[in-house]
Amino acid sequence: MTLGGVEIERAAGFVANDTPRIVTSRFGVDDSHTLVGYLATGGYEGIRAALKKRPDEVHSQITEATVLGRGGAGFPAGVKWGFMPKDVWPRYLVVNGDESEPGTYKDRLLMELDPHQLIEGCLIASYAVGLSQCFLYVRGEMAVAQERIATALNEAYEAGYVGRNILGTDFSLDIVLHWGAGAYVVGEETALIESLEGNRGMPRLKPPYFPAAIGLYGKPTIVNNVETLANLPWIATNGAEAYRAIGTESSPGTRMVAVSGHVKRPGVYEIINGTTTFRQLLFDDEYCGGMREGRTLKAFVPGGGSAPWFLPDQLDLPFEASQVGPAGSMLGSGAIMVMDDTTDIPKAAHSLTRFYAHESCGKCVPCREGGTWLERILGRIVDGHGTTRDLEMLIEVGETICPGDFPHAASERLGLEAQRFPYQMTTICFVGPSAFAPAHSALTLFPEEFRDRVREVSDDDPVATGVGAVPVELKGVGAQ
Amino acid sequence: MSRLNANNELLAKEVIARYPIKKSALIPLLHLVQEQNGYVTSEGMTHLAELLDITSAEVLGTCSFYEMFKLEPVGRYVINVCGTMSCQLLGADELIHHAEERLGIKVGATTDDGLFTLEKAECQAACTEAPCLQVNYRHEYRVTHGDFDALVDRLVADSKKNGSAVIPPHGTLSETRQHIPAGRAVGAVAPDEVDGAPVWLPVDEPEETA
Ligand SMILES: Cc1cc2nc3c(=O)[nH]c(=O)nc-3n(C[C@H](O)[C@H](O)[C@H](O)COP(=O)(O)O)c2cc1C
Ligand code: SF4
Ligand code: FES
Repeated sequence: MTLGGVEIERAAGFVANDTPRIVTSRFGVDDSHTLVGYLATGGYEGIRAALKKRPDEVHSQITEATVLGRGGAGFPAGVKWGFMPKDVWPRYLVVNGDESEPGTYKDRLLMELDPHQLIEGCLIASYAVGLSQCFLYVRGEMAVAQERIATALNEAYEAGYVGRNILGTDFSLDIVLHWGAGAYVVGEETALIESLEGNRGMPRLKPPYFPAAIGLYGKPTIVNNVETLANLPWIATNGAEAYRAIGTESSPGTRMVAVSGHVKRPGVYEIINGTTTFRQLLFDDEYCGGMREGRTLKAFVPGGGSAPWFLPDQLDLPFEASQVGPAGSMLGSGAIMVMDDTTDIPKAAHSLTRFYAHESCGKCVPCREGGTWLERILGRIVDGHGTTRDLEMLIEVGETICPGDFPHAASERLGLEAQRFPYQMTTICFVGPSAFAPAHSALTLFPEEFRDRVREVSDDDPVATGVGAVPVELKGVGAQ
Repeated sequence: MSRLNANNELLAKEVIARYPIKKSALIPLLHLVQEQNGYVTSEGMTHLAELLDITSAEVLGTCSFYEMFKLEPVGRYVINVCGTMSCQLLGADELIHHAEERLGIKVGATTDDGLFTLEKAECQAACTEAPCLQVNYRHEYRVTHGDFDALVDRLVADSKKNGSAVIPPHGTLSETRQHIPAGRAVGAVAPDEVDGAPVWLPVDEPEETA
């Protein structure tokens, strides 16, 4: 299918035969993005069911279902909504559609292929907690998603699903499409709020840890991810029990996962939460079908660019935070990046560290300076100008961002035990630590690839004393 | 004329009215300035400051934080090639190099005819379709060097068709705008003027906490 001549739907949601489709049920259905297509496939049944209940009953239903937030932190939606102070009005809902974590590709599909499902999710959440202003913040670089949501909202307003007195009831909600202008860090929820207030998108100091009490315009605010909200219509229609019957006790339902990199069939898959393993996802024929011909798996990033890396040793772990955390990483935003034996590990790490260094908002020194240092050090190692001193410096700089033990996977090959997630940090948000994570994983899990690449220097070598002493002709160094 | 024209000023007022506090409309309106002019003009920023009752410095402060806002003219087509990990694993560096050769410019530059600006971009949420790129923020997937050449040819041809071009010039994002019919709008109220819970919340029922 094309829109404005642009093909948009090649990757859409492959699902294993017996996996229930909670959020991707309309992928591949003609006109799934239109009101007609949505209504023909059970659309707006969830809000009808919800409106027959009291708001607090709907809230309880979502809490009971245990919808873990899909934006990265995995905090259950209903519980988070409960953090809003009673009797403070107005309240706001801000939808986080800023998807830009490296490797992450699901929210854009949900917005492009099933915008009404997201709108219905907003209706259910807003009804449950009592708010009448919702802002749907779509990443700036997603022209097609903006187009689809604008069209869907126009249809929904006309047809009485959004706006004043929805479906003839007292419930009224405005949903305003808002869009950004290119800044990864704006995905962080307090930066998202700053951006929505028309400011530079810099994260706010914590505490408060959630914007539930003090958010948009200083008022109670819920920020939820697109996929989190897209689950709500199904739950409102089918009930919390049906949702909990899928997946595990602590991770019910399904989740969307994008697998990219060196597999045979990269794609976006809706998988059963809690039980599906990385091995199934990467190697089963119904998913990615294994490595490219003749290649073997070297490493993979299990939860978006910020996540410490996993090795083939960790393939049998399921998509379950309580198991992935102790193993040294996180599930994050459902993004797996796969590296086969052809991968240049320092270069791959550099590509991610460069991303976070580039996206630093500059508010905290360890992130602003440290990220840039990490990026430069890795860059010169990749370019063949690194020294053994650089390897030490990578860790020293990293420790100014994340003091103490940094999480990493176990490796049988190296005789290494896992260091569990999470870590400590000296920065306001996770961009700083994320610049260090790929560097740390690469160096810890593949030390030989670095050692082979750098020149041995002794402590009294002028080169070993710091960046300023490196000959200026070396690329990317000595700019000051 | 690089302030907002009369039509766009009306549009701007419609957008502003949707927000409880005017300044929230700033980013969408900067996009509108960019859509009208191809880049964000300083007269456009002054105009926004007037419309939003803020200073020009505040407008520039916000504008300069975001990469999509260009303070100088760019090509009709801005080509952003993704260089982040998933794309890099599948040939992004080579694609960027090819793009530089084909267009005869370095990353960051604009072709002499003003048609193309080439940029190296970060993850575009299309990682399973690597290597990918965007033209004016519309995706192209699994781009081979041949695909890239064909794309450039197609865009050159498109740019000569007046009005019927497939991809609109830089600055235009969604071609459909949200429009809230007056009779259907709940209406944005300044946060401090909201008194009490919305009417559909039963007053006597304690609100559920988890
Ligand atoms: C640097 C950074 C970037 C983030 N980017 C996103 C994003 O693009 N989309 C998203 O939904 N959440 C993102 N998050 C997480 C949000 O802060 C927030 O936890 C989430 O939107 C809450 O929604 P959920 O509870 O439904 O997951 C990011 C967090 C950080 C620290
Ligand atoms: S960690 Fe980095 S991106 Fe996050 S607030 Fe600090 S400087 Fe900004
Ligand atoms: S890494 Fe290129 S689109 Fe995500």
